[in-house]
Amino acid sequence: MARPFQLSDPKRARQLADAIAILAPPTPIKIVHVCGTHEMAITQHGLRRFLPEKVQVLEGPGCPVCVTPTADIDAAVRIAEAGAIVCTFGDMTRVPGTRLTLEQARSKGGDVRVVLSATDAVKIAQETDREVVFFAVGFETTTPMTAAVLLDDPPANFSVLTSHKKIPEAMGVLLDLPGTNIGGYLAPGHVSTILGLAPYEAHLAKFNIPVVIGGFEPLDILYAVALILRQVRDQVGFVENAFPRAVADEGNPAAQALIETVFESAGVHWRGIGSIPDSGYRLRDDFAELDARRRFDVQGERGDEVIPGCRCADVLTARATPADCPLFGTRCTPLSPIGPCMVGTEGACSIWFRYGGRELP
Amino acid sequence: MTHDLDRISPLHGAGGELMGRLLAEHVLPHFEDDPSQIGLSAMDDGATLARPSSGDLVMTTDSHVVKPIFFPGGDIGTLAAAGTLNDLAVMGARPLALSLAVIIEEDFPIADIDRIVGSFAKTLKDSGARLICGDTKVMGVGELDGIAINTSGIGVADPVVGDAGARPGDAIIVTGTLGDHGMALLAAREEFRLSTELTSDVASIWPMIRSILPVGGIHAMKDPTRGGLAAALNEMARKSNTTMEIEHAKIPIREPVRGLSDLLGISPLVVANEGKAVLVVSPEVADEVLDRLRSHALGRDAAIIGHVDDTRPGRVIVTTAVGGRRFLDMPLGDPVPRIC
Repeated sequence: MARPFQLSDPKRARQLADAIAILAPPTPIKIVHVCGTHEMAITQHGLRRFLPEKVQVLEGPGCPVCVTPTADIDAAVRIAEAGAIVCTFGDMTRVPGTRLTLEQARSKGGDVRVVLSATDAVKIAQETDREVVFFAVGFETTTPMTAAVLLDDPPANFSVLTSHKKIPEAMGVLLDLPGTNIGGYLAPGHVSTILGLAPYEAHLAKFNIPVVIGGFEPLDILYAVALILRQVRDQVGFVENAFPRAVADEGNPAAQALIETVFESAGVHWRGIGSIPDSGYRLRDDFAELDARRRFDVQGERGDEVIPGCRCADVLTARATPADCPLFGTRCTPLSPIGPCMVGTEGACSIWFRYGGRELP
Repeated sequence: MTHDLDRISPLHGAGGELMGRLLAEHVLPHFEDDPSQIGLSAMDDGATLARPSSGDLVMTTDSHVVKPIFFPGGDIGTLAAAGTLNDLAVMGARPLALSLAVIIEEDFPIADIDRIVGSFAKTLKDSGARLICGDTKVMGVGELDGIAINTSGIGVADPVVGDAGARPGDAIIVTGTLGDHGMALLAAREEFRLSTELTSDVASIWPMIRSILPVGGIHAMKDPTRGGLAAALNEMARKSNTTMEIEHAKIPIREPVRGLSDLLGISPLVVANEGKAVLVVSPEVADEVLDRLRSHALGRDAAIIGHVDDTRPGRVIVTTAVGGRRFLDMPLGDPVPRIC
């Protein structure tokens, strides 16, 4: 039986590569995506091989684990030390805080558990009298899930430590940072299923830069890159949807409403970038009693982000490739990570270490 | 104190009457001894083995914990026998004898012991090897999750085939589809409860391997169990300081395995196989080896998936389905805990 249309079809991939070669500008161009899943797909399928030397595609602040600031890790560690059960996604337990990782807090007697979703954390809370805190990280893909749990009458011993962030705001700020030199954005497909096109237009229109929403199969990504280069050639810059089979222009209104009901915009800190106004979420006053920061009084945490020699901050702002970092693959590996970009399995350094970046023959 | 006669009690591991009955009724009937040697049924302190007339002795050992204990295509008994027989087979060794040490959790159903030992005996049957010694221990409820099995095996090889002998120019062959065991187990897990047509590939591959050894030119062999093809090839590349170059499009993978793998985001190349081998052979014999493998029921889907060179010593490079290139790295650990 012939297999149906394949989004990894090598012949069509070659055709797109030919189109990309024709559309590519004469001077080098840096395209930035902001999604760990995109980096994973690009590297796992070896797609950089289809791009001309002068077309560079780099991961920016796309790994939620990596951009979570030390201050938030420190807050989670303090909550664990105060005796609460801290639940979070797997990679978060290995990100360095000022003193400890959550994993180290666990080995010192803290109760830190890995969960797959906010719902799992609620289940744990239902089965114990102890305080249970869900350390909520992620972009607009996970924020609605946290909101849904908080709206579903969670038990009294449950609260959340939120570190949710907004991607379009960060994409705008990145363009203003010195040395980023970004020629176009490959916008994240998953986040866009929730957001739709409007938030990108709101934050990026003034920059006149190509923003193309792309899917995650090889042909999706090559197609999106081709559309970005076509905008560059035509000297235009607008938001374009190259992933219409999943992304509606208006996004997912139900999920947007969940977020809107539970959260309000707040300035938050991004590791590597700094504080960005309105780039994250805090709980609305109606949900104040579910806020772990208030319940455990960990408001004013101030973490130290400097890791000597580590270029994670440059990798997260697409100012360096993982291979540009002197620690990459030498002192810093997935087994003994130094910077957060090597800790998060969606971090650019971790992905490049496992699958190879652009170095393969 | 009363005992439920259908279930394992602490006395079953205590060396007394109850243990004797367990062995006599549920273990010994499954096996046959070599009358010229001290074998299993003698229940002596040790067993004896006739000295082989030529070749080197090969010994291996493996412990098995698997969840679920019974899975589509086999159970922990099949796995214990095949695991040890296959470790011997990929050393080029004809299996002679196995041991079977079982640790059982109190209250485990005796009917299940019967089934597991039956599967072990059935898998052993066509290999030419005998079970010659064993041990039974019982642990309290909660001290162990059901049952754990250790098997050791002794075989004889002439010549011995290691896993470090790859040379640039060699062909890389897999004896069949990859990812079946790992993905079948994953699908059978309670937390997923996926109904699929997946079955484990667990089987003794010795009869198939035996048929290719006379061809010669087999430089290295491994069974891609934990860590799958990725772990096996990385180990071979590191030990022989060569580069393993493979093409994803040439790797045989069943459609349902591919589907589940896409769904769960776990590559079929990093999960365990229990009835396959990876072979590195001299290019002159590759076709002959392939023909012989394919003529065997377990090797119908055998394929040449790549070759050995020396561009990146110690690494495995894969040409992806779409035509890109990337490293196939040594998995950090099995993404699926406790499957073999």
